[in-house]
This record gives sequence, structure tokens and C-alpha cells, in this order.
Amino acid sequence: MSAGRDAIMGGLRRALKRGAEATDAAARQTVDRRLDAAARGLVPARGQIPPAAQVDLFEAMAVEQAATVTRIASLEAVPAALADYLKAANLAPKLRLAPSPELQNLPWDSQPMIEIETGPAQGSDQVSLTGAVAGVAETGTLLLASGPEAPTTLNFLPDNHVVVLKASQVVGAYEDGWDRLREIYGRGSLPRAVNLITGPSRTADIEQTIQLGAHGPRRLHILLVEDTESGNGA
Amino acid sequence: MSLWEAASPMSETAPRVGLFVTCLVDLFRPSIGFAAVKLLAAAGCTVAVPRAQTCCGQPAYNTGDRHDTRTLAAQVIAVFEGFDYVVAPSGSCAAMIREHYPALLADSPELAARAEALAAKTFELVSFLTDVRGMTGVEAAFEGSAAYHDACSGLRELGIHDQPRRLLATVRGLRLEELPDADVCCGFGGTFCVKYPEISDTMVTDKVERVEQAGVGTLLAGDLGCLMNMAGKLQRRGSKIQVRHVAEVLAGMTDEPAIGAGAEDGTKDRAEGGRG
Amino acid sequence: MDSSPRAFKANARAAVKDPQLKRALAHVKVGFIGKRAKAVARLPEFDALRDAARDIKVHTLDHLDLYLERYEERVTAQGGQVHWCPSAADARAAVLDICRRVGAKTVTKGKSMISEEIDLNQHLEANGITPVETDLGEYIVQLRGERPSHIIAPAVHLTKDLIEADFRAQHSHLPPERSLEEPRELVEEARGILRERFLAADVGITGANFLVAETGSSIIVTNEGNGDLTQALPRVHIVIASLEKVVPTLEDATTLLRVLARSATGQEFSTYTTVSTGPRRARDLDGPEEYHVILLDNGRSEMLAGQFRDALRCIRCGACMNHCPVYHAIGGHAYGWVYPGPIGAVLTPGLIGIEEAGDLPNASTFCGRCEAVCPVRIPLPKMMRHWREREFERHLTPRAVRAGLGLWAFLASRPELYHRVTGLAARLLAALAGRKGRLRSLPLAGGWTGVRDLPAPQGRTFHALWAARNRRAGT
Repeated sequence: MSAGRDAIMGGLRRALKRGAEATDAAARQTVDRRLDAAARGLVPARGQIPPAAQVDLFEAMAVEQAATVTRIASLEAVPAALADYLKAANLAPKLRLAPSPELQNLPWDSQPMIEIETGPAQGSDQVSLTGAVAGVAETGTLLLASGPEAPTTLNFLPDNHVVVLKASQVVGAYEDGWDRLREIYGRGSLPRAVNLITGPSRTADIEQTIQLGAHGPRRLHILLVEDTESGNGA
Repeated sequence: MSLWEAASPMSETAPRVGLFVTCLVDLFRPSIGFAAVKLLAAAGCTVAVPRAQTCCGQPAYNTGDRHDTRTLAAQVIAVFEGFDYVVAPSGSCAAMIREHYPALLADSPELAARAEALAAKTFELVSFLTDVRGMTGVEAAFEGSAAYHDACSGLRELGIHDQPRRLLATVRGLRLEELPDADVCCGFGGTFCVKYPEISDTMVTDKVERVEQAGVGTLLAGDLGCLMNMAGKLQRRGSKIQVRHVAEVLAGMTDEPAIGAGAEDGTKDRAEGGRG
Repeated sequence: MDSSPRAFKANARAAVKDPQLKRALAHVKVGFIGKRAKAVARLPEFDALRDAARDIKVHTLDHLDLYLERYEERVTAQGGQVHWCPSAADARAAVLDICRRVGAKTVTKGKSMISEEIDLNQHLEANGITPVETDLGEYIVQLRGERPSHIIAPAVHLTKDLIEADFRAQHSHLPPERSLEEPRELVEEARGILRERFLAADVGITGANFLVAETGSSIIVTNEGNGDLTQALPRVHIVIASLEKVVPTLEDATTLLRVLARSATGQEFSTYTTVSTGPRRARDLDGPEEYHVILLDNGRSEMLAGQFRDALRCIRCGACMNHCPVYHAIGGHAYGWVYPGPIGAVLTPGLIGIEEAGDLPNASTFCGRCEAVCPVRIPLPKMMRHWREREFERHLTPRAVRAGLGLWAFLASRPELYHRVTGLAARLLAALAGRKGRLRSLPLAGGWTGVRDLPAPQGRTFHALWAARNRRAGT
């Protein structure tokens, strides 16, 4: 397709009146600098509240968008909390678990009734359990990233998506989330899919009334692990 | 001019205002022009009405005819640039001069600076009275209920919203009701209403239904094009709601028949409820 | 309804008489407008964010060639491939090539206005490949063989009853006695049917709200999750996007995302905002094996060159049409092509030519509501006026209008003559109206008097009265 590329770039360069080397070089420098700096723009005050308040805001915003949230004292409490969730929602005790050692090594033996399979989701899965990279307090948004321990299909195929989020993972604004990703993946690089998820799937395509559970999960449940003193930390 | 300067008109020479009559007021309803003169005088201005004025050029401008628009703009500039202020009883005409003349003439070495200068001192009538002359109330009376429609240019290009409501609130006897969707276009749009009559009709029908629902006796606005459009529709529907320009009410000059009303309809007969 | 902008007047006439359309569009006014207002009121920084969003877009457009170069570099580095397509035909061919090479039979699709623009579905079907729209609104209009009538709510012109009738007709394998009374039941049915299509698809095609140069990513925004199932399940993910979708960094995308959902639906944030970068990595357990980006020009580099560059800022939120009283009156199909409402009035002539789409920029009162709500502050009325100027220069304006304008300008630039003529007109019209003060009909004024009375002049012009007053006063 390089003929296509040449045609388009030629059209763009003409439109932008490129040509004089000096101005071209200046323009390139501007672009390089902006990409390297990746400077934050205007971050709303709501995304900059003190860490102590972020977890509460995250929960409030997530619930507003029809997610459900249960706070638990530690990661070890996850299996029991999940069992409670399945019972309350009248779901069969079956789980598709993300292949993350942190989640796999939890005390699942304490819930022998739950039939656990690990891996990417199958079309018939009812419930998945995954971790997350961060929770963005600004709008109650989960940030998940695909990888060997986090297949994306777990976030979308099952009817119920349960997410383990530690309070220490909660950040104020989306920009804090990007910073986390850059720490993990380096600059200019991302995994195949970064999902920002705010509540369960929905549509308003029929007479503008909101229906939950369009194609993605009908329910999004967050197990919020209170792993910091004040509810938030570094 | 800042408000504190305007607050004491007696301590300075009265500013000279050139009244930009507007083509619609001139042809259809001079009483609006006289109301404007009265209000400007009450605000401590001397008013002149240059005879060599006709049209601000909007019809040509909005049809894409920049050439004729520039011709008319040059005329307006020449006729009005000697005044301290230029005031029009119309948001759209004032916006044409204030917001559009500078861009229209930016590439004319002869006119660019003059257009900027004129734009800076051109105002719509009501906002001139409040924002430049510091007027906070009027000495007028009007028995009955009224609703105010926000004409689009005035609202969105010139920010006119609170000013007419503030002054109307001081009219003795007037009960001002807020009109739902007051800021939705009435469907006039200059030549739009005759080029796309069905769309315009749908829009003006929505508008007058809102007015009828508001249950007022009188409809007010600051632009005669919009007023004629809404009056014409109300009357075609047999409504008894009267339509006037806000300047006429503020100037206490409401003895004339309302817009589109005749001597037959009676001038003092303001039906409450407005259902025809 | 005729699907061509040339048929605009006829389409509009039919649309305003359609009671079912009127019922459906009533939801637009109440729903979208109210919700956006609430979201805006809730975020104090909203207006400042609009300025920032505009500035990002303006900067990017000023450097579009360079950002696209960097974008392609990053896509390639992450294992993806960019296909540069100057025309719609090039884009169709590129997509078909990929689908053929992998032996695709079914293709699932996330919502993409670009795919509408290039008529992709018809092309795939003509070549033995079945495209399945998965956004519920798009799925519904696909069943009806219609175009979407709104850029984010494709089925906004339909009432629930019509949708129920379509489902019954098209999903004939399901028990006819089933209840589809509630919207909930319609959504459930679509979920079940489309679930099977998602799992069976060979290729998934999504659009892109943004392309990120920093990381070589595409970003889509949905509430349903269909875009994610479309891209994650099949072997091949094709992103189809126009040139101006690129933004420099993730931070820049974030600013735009903060104003997008709020402007579109009044949500704080869409349910699913997904940043996709390349195919699956070596140790990933799911995801597509191939990632392709179809970059479409189709007239945009030309728009970049001229007076219409600002229209390329558009982030496809739909706020303009949600607030447009003309759109409220006629709905989206009357515009006759892919993009309705104010943005449609500006983009369509740029993409298919002003000769084809002349009515679109003319069917506006310039009320300015669109510009007032546009998250990137596109001066839409000004752009529409520029199109009218192009038409006037090229003598596409109707001759009667040119003649009338010419006469008006002739008179208006001769004040004394003007005053004589208007003096006569005032007297004549006042006399015709008599004591009624208005006219029910008037030759040559049928456009007005067909639906409303014409208020009569008071009888003399202001200038005549003013001169008389001054004579009396001796001034």
C-alpha cells in the first residue's frame, strides 16, 4: 500500500504547506517533544482528591453506574466473598478464574463447592474472576490490562464479571492509571487490550431507556480489598 | 464604557448614539424604532438616525454573497462610524456588525480597522441600556402576563439573556412567566423560513405550542423577524396572544395594535390565557 | 425515503408529517439534552476542558502528517499493520483482501461510521462474506436495510413497536408466541442471537474514536461491550478509521474522553473504553492473531487544506444533532447520507461534493445551538456559511434567489431610492391588509403565507415618520 501512503502523505503535506526545511524541522521537534513529554492536560479537581478520599469516591461512582461493591478485609477473604456473591445471585457454583498466581493461590480450598476452571472465557461461562491494574476514582472506572495472567475475554463473555481490586490500587484520575501502565510496560508500549470498565454492559438503543446486560456482562461485582490503613496508600 | 462611568450621565456630555433602525423595523413596525429612541433618551443619550442606512447585509451574507455584503458593510461603516455608539433594536443586526463585520473585512486594508472600531461600539438595544448605560429599571406599566423568547443571535452571539428579564421585572403590573424552551429557535432564520417552509413550520408550531401552554397574554422578544414569524403562526391558529417587541413594553408604548393585529383586534384587549 | 442528499427537500417534507418519527424523536429532546446538561453541571471544569479539547485537535491537525507517521511506526512496532487508503474503493478493497486471505465467512462489526461511508457491508455481501452488525442499534437498522439515522444512536428514529415487528419477522426460528412487550425482552433476544455470531466470526471490524500516536493504539468507546467481543474473539481484528482520528498521547486522548461521553449521552464515562494495541502477544491466551488499521482519506486531506479544516476536529459525540431543532423536526434519514445533523451539513459536501449535498448547509437557521454544545468548539454555522459561499461563487444558488438578492443589494446600496420603494411597499401592504393588520395570502410569498399569516406594515416607514417628526420639530 505504499502508493496509497505516498498519495495520502503528499496530500497532507500539500495541505499543510510543508516544504521549507527549517519549518519542517521545527514542526518535527514540536511533535517529538510532545510525544516524549506526554504531559497531563487539565485534570479535574475530582481526580485530584486526597488518597484517603479516593476509595470512597471510587465506590460511590462505581455503584452509581450499577456496579456492586463489597469491601473485604484481605485478599484471603476473596473465596468466601465470591461464594456469598454466587449464593446471593442464585448462580451455580462455577467459576472461570484468571490464571494469575495471586488469585490462584488464594484459599479456594475453603470453598470446595465452587468448581474452578482457569484460562480464557468460554461462551457458556457464567462467572469470571479477575484482578485489575487500577481503579480510577474520578468515575468509578476499573483499569484492566490483557496479558498471560489476564485474558480479555474474561471481562466480556461471562454474564457476571467479578473483579478483585485492592484499595492500594485506587488512583484519582485516568492519568494516574496511564502512569501505572508505563511503569509496567515502558513508554510508548501497551499490551494488546487495556479496558477501562465503568459498570456492567448496557444499551439505550430502544426508545432511549437504559437496559443492563446488552452484550457484555449483566453484572459487574467489585471485591474491594481494604489493604491500606486509611483505605488508600502508595 | 464601564458601568461606573455610565452611572452618572449628567456629569459628561450625553453620548451620541446612531440608531440602526434595521430594515424590518423600518418597513414593518416603526413603533419599535420610536420605542428605542425613547429608551435611549431616557438613558441619557442623544439619538440621531442617519438617513443613509438601509440594511446590515445579513440576507446577502447568509446566502453566501460576500461581495454584496461587503458593499453594504462599507456603507454602514461610513454612515455610522462617527457616532459614540451604534444601537440596534435587534440582536441579529447588532451581531452582524459586531461579530461578523471584522472577519468579513479583515482582508481590506481600507476597511479592516474601521470595521473593528465600529464593531466595538455597536450594541443591541436592551443590553446597551443595561450593560453600557447602567439602566436598572424602567418607568413603564403593562397589565398582564407575558413570556420572553430568546432570539438566537442575541442569545448565542451576544449573550443577551438576563438583561431583558431584569428590565421587564421592573415594569409595573407585568407578570413575566418563564417560557419552557425559551432558547429554542422559532424557525425564522431569514430566508430559511421560505426555503424550507415545512421544517420552519414544524419549528414555529413547536414554539407557539409552548407559548400557548405557558398561558400568557403576550409574547415578547428582541428581534422583529422572530416576532413576525411567531405572530403570524399564532394568528393563523386563531390565537388571541399578542406579540410585541420588548422595547415597546419597556418604553411604555403599547397603545399601537400588536404585531399582526389590526384595529379590529382592539389594542387594550389583552386576553389572558391566550387560547384562541 | 430516498437515500440521497439531493432528495433532502422531499425527504424533509415527508419526515415532518410522520407521526411515528415525531414520537421517536421526542425522546432525543428530553433524553440527550437533559442528560448532557446534568453531566455538564456536575463537572466544573467542563467548559475549560472543551477549550483544551479544541486545542489538542487544532494542534494535531496542524501536524497531522507527522503524527500519522509516528502512529504508523508504533503500530508496526507492536505487531500491527497500517493500510493507507486514499479512497473509499481502496478501503473496501483492503478489507476484502484481508478477509479473503483468511477465508472469512462471517465478519462481526462494532459501530463504525467510516464503514457506512465506504459502503463496506454491501461490498462484503457482494463478495460472499456476511457482515453482522453487533451494536444493538446498528443491528436493528441492518435488519431493516436502513442506514443509521444518528451517529451514536443508530435506531433513534424507531419506536419499540417497530423494532418488535422487525424481530418477529427476522428471527423466525424463535417461538412466535414469545413475549417481546418490554424493551428488556428485545435486548435479551438480541443478546442471545448476537452471542452466537460473536463466537463464530472469523474477522472483527471496529471503528476508532481515537488513534494514539504515542502507543500506536486505537480507542473505541461503547456501552454494550460489543466492540470488545468483536475484536477479542475472531482471528483478525481490523480497525477502520479516518486520518483525523489520530491524537498525540494517551493524556490527549484522556482530555477528549472526558468531554466525549458527557457530550454524547450525559454519562460520566462510557461503560467500555478500550485501548487496543496490535495483535495478541506471544504469551496471551486470547485475542486476535492479526491487527490491521485501514486509514482512510476520502477527502479529508482536501478539507485540511481549506476553510473546512475545523470540521475535522469532530469526535463524533452527536451533541450537535441532539440539540438541533432542524434535526428534531426531520430526523437523520432526511439528510440522505451517513452523517446527519449539523456535522453532516458540514462534512457531507466535503466528502461527496457540494453539488450533491447543496441543501444540507442551507437547511439551517444558524441558531448556533450546535456550536454552543460542540465539545471541540467547531464553528458549525460558519462552516455552513462557507459552503453557501462556495455555492454562490459557483452559481449553484437558485437563480430566483440570486436575482432577488441582487435586487435587494441594488436597492439597499442606494438609500434614497430604497426609502422610496419601501415607502410604497409599506403603504401598499398596509392597504391590502386593511383593518385586519395581517395578510392571509400574498403573491410570491406563498412560502410564508402557506403556513402563517403575514403581519402587515404599520403603513409608513420609520424613516418617513422620523423625517416628518423632525420637520414638525423644525430640526
